[in-house]
Amino acid sequence: MHRDPLLTIEHLTMRFGGLTAVDDVSFEVRRGDITALIGPNGAGKTTVFNCITGFYRPSAGRLVLSSGGFDANAIIALTNSGRRYSKHQGLFLLERMPDQEIAREARVARTFQNIRLFTGMTVLENLMVGEHNPLMRASGYSVFGLFGLPAYRRREAQALDHARAWLDRIGLTARADDPAGALPYGAQRRLEIARAMMSDPTLLCLDEPAAGLNPRESAELNELLRTILDEQGTSILLIEHDMSVVMQISDHVIVLDYGEKIADGRPDEIRNDARVIAAYLGVEDEGEVEEIEAALGAGQGR
Amino acid sequence: MDVFLQQLINGIALGSIYGLIAIGYTMVFGIIGMINFAHGDVFMLSAFIALILFLALTQFLGMTSLPLVFVLVLVAAMALTSLWNFVIERVAYRRLRGSFRLAPLISALGMSIFLANFVYVVQGPRNKAVPPIFSEVIHITAGPGGYNVTLSYKQILIVVVTAVLLAAFWYVVQKTPLGRAQRACEQDAKMAALLGVNVDRTIALTFVIGAALAAVAGVLYMLYYGVVNAADGFVPGVKAFTAAVLGGIGSLPGAVLGGLLIGLIETFWSAYFSADYKDVAAFSILAITLIFVPSGLLGRPDVEKV
Repeated sequence: MHRDPLLTIEHLTMRFGGLTAVDDVSFEVRRGDITALIGPNGAGKTTVFNCITGFYRPSAGRLVLSSGGFDANAIIALTNSGRRYSKHQGLFLLERMPDQEIAREARVARTFQNIRLFTGMTVLENLMVGEHNPLMRASGYSVFGLFGLPAYRRREAQALDHARAWLDRIGLTARADDPAGALPYGAQRRLEIARAMMSDPTLLCLDEPAAGLNPRESAELNELLRTILDEQGTSILLIEHDMSVVMQISDHVIVLDYGEKIADGRPDEIRNDARVIAAYLGVEDEGEVEEIEAALGAGQGR
Repeated sequence: MDVFLQQLINGIALGSIYGLIAIGYTMVFGIIGMINFAHGDVFMLSAFIALILFLALTQFLGMTSLPLVFVLVLVAAMALTSLWNFVIERVAYRRLRGSFRLAPLISALGMSIFLANFVYVVQGPRNKAVPPIFSEVIHITAGPGGYNVTLSYKQILIVVVTAVLLAAFWYVVQKTPLGRAQRACEQDAKMAALLGVNVDRTIALTFVIGAALAAVAGVLYMLYYGVVNAADGFVPGVKAFTAAVLGGIGSLPGAVLGGLLIGLIETFWSAYFSADYKDVAAFSILAITLIFVPSGLLGRPDVEKV
């Protein structure tokens, strides 16, 4: 079965000074799939994410999000027109768009390796920030909100219901009014994913969602991701080190090593791929790996 | 005891004005980590706007209903001052946001000097006065010892207007999407942007709200003292800044508490020690706070952003 591509990455290259972190990488994220991006430390996975979500502007390459259906001619026309996106066609050239626009217009949501919740705000408020834009419009930029007009109240109640439904799904209903920073680690991870989902994204990018989770939490996460895919229809792209997560839930796996794509296929194909096994196990020169890691770490420092 | 109660009343009225200005300092610091040194001058500007509007309405248009004039002046001064601060943020601060930390600070100092001198040029260096308004007083004699204090209508007005505005402001920050976005940007602006929050607009609205509150303070200040001068932005501005630091910069309740404390310290010092040295007392508080409780009374001990 071949599903149509939602995100098409063509010849993506990202250089930091003399260091090429991502070198001519092309792959597709298909609609309705969970796609995993794996590879040894420093392979350039997070850099690819940062290019997709507008944290970095790629040195070269095209990143097309086609939420309105893949149409090669329309993409060429849009590229030549010099515009950044065409909302009615559902076509977005991510390499031209700033991060906030990618979140708002292309509706790509992401989470980070290190959890970035608003720790001083309550769990419920964290979710409500995820639905900021429609609420802000409904509140007439706070003017109507201040006077509590019915239209705003209705919209706010709707957003609250939405948030409560997500709280229920991630099992945090009882802790809605606690500060997000007080939650245990696994719950913070789930909350971060739920917050990203509040904006109803077409593509959800997760950077190591299972990092630091115990096996039970990890299983809960798998279940949550499946729910997101099945109930919301949101396609997922994730970076993961935990092979049990990758092999269990992903439909498609892309393997990067030293900034290059070395394999691309179904999980069972990847498991037996000689180059992947070599990349993970058969590295002769450990010193070289560390050197690249250090250089990449410096390049990615925010 | 009479003196004590009287000064308590005076101190609370003055402290309310400082508190309103201090919120502008603390909010801007919270969201972009910058001390907006021009904020005191924005306050002064609003006092002048209020003065001009007041004279125009009463002298030229001959309006006689003082409460109506007061409300009109208040609303118009809030709108105009907000517009000024919106433009200031747009012109002098926004472009420097990605720059090194001192750049917007220097720009703010420049704006402060510009505003003070602009008012000097267009309004002249002399004190501008308004005829006394709401100058009726209530004499209260009570208690077993027969305490005798006076409470002026102005003071009641100042405290009531401040309380109402703070309640509205608190509601905006705690309950509306704008307030949530402000708090989110305060904690992690990059993440807020990735959730679709328009960070630039949120910051602009923060300046607008800060200016609106400073405008109210300006109108009340003009009413309370009856005179305004182009140099009036500096000292009240620095005192409000002291109030923000005392309360814990970045903390909204801290700004109000700090404002009240500075107002009280200043009036009590004037009453019991020397009125000439009241500014010294207020600024000593700044130094003492910075040395012994740098995070302020209600501030979080660690404001470092990760």
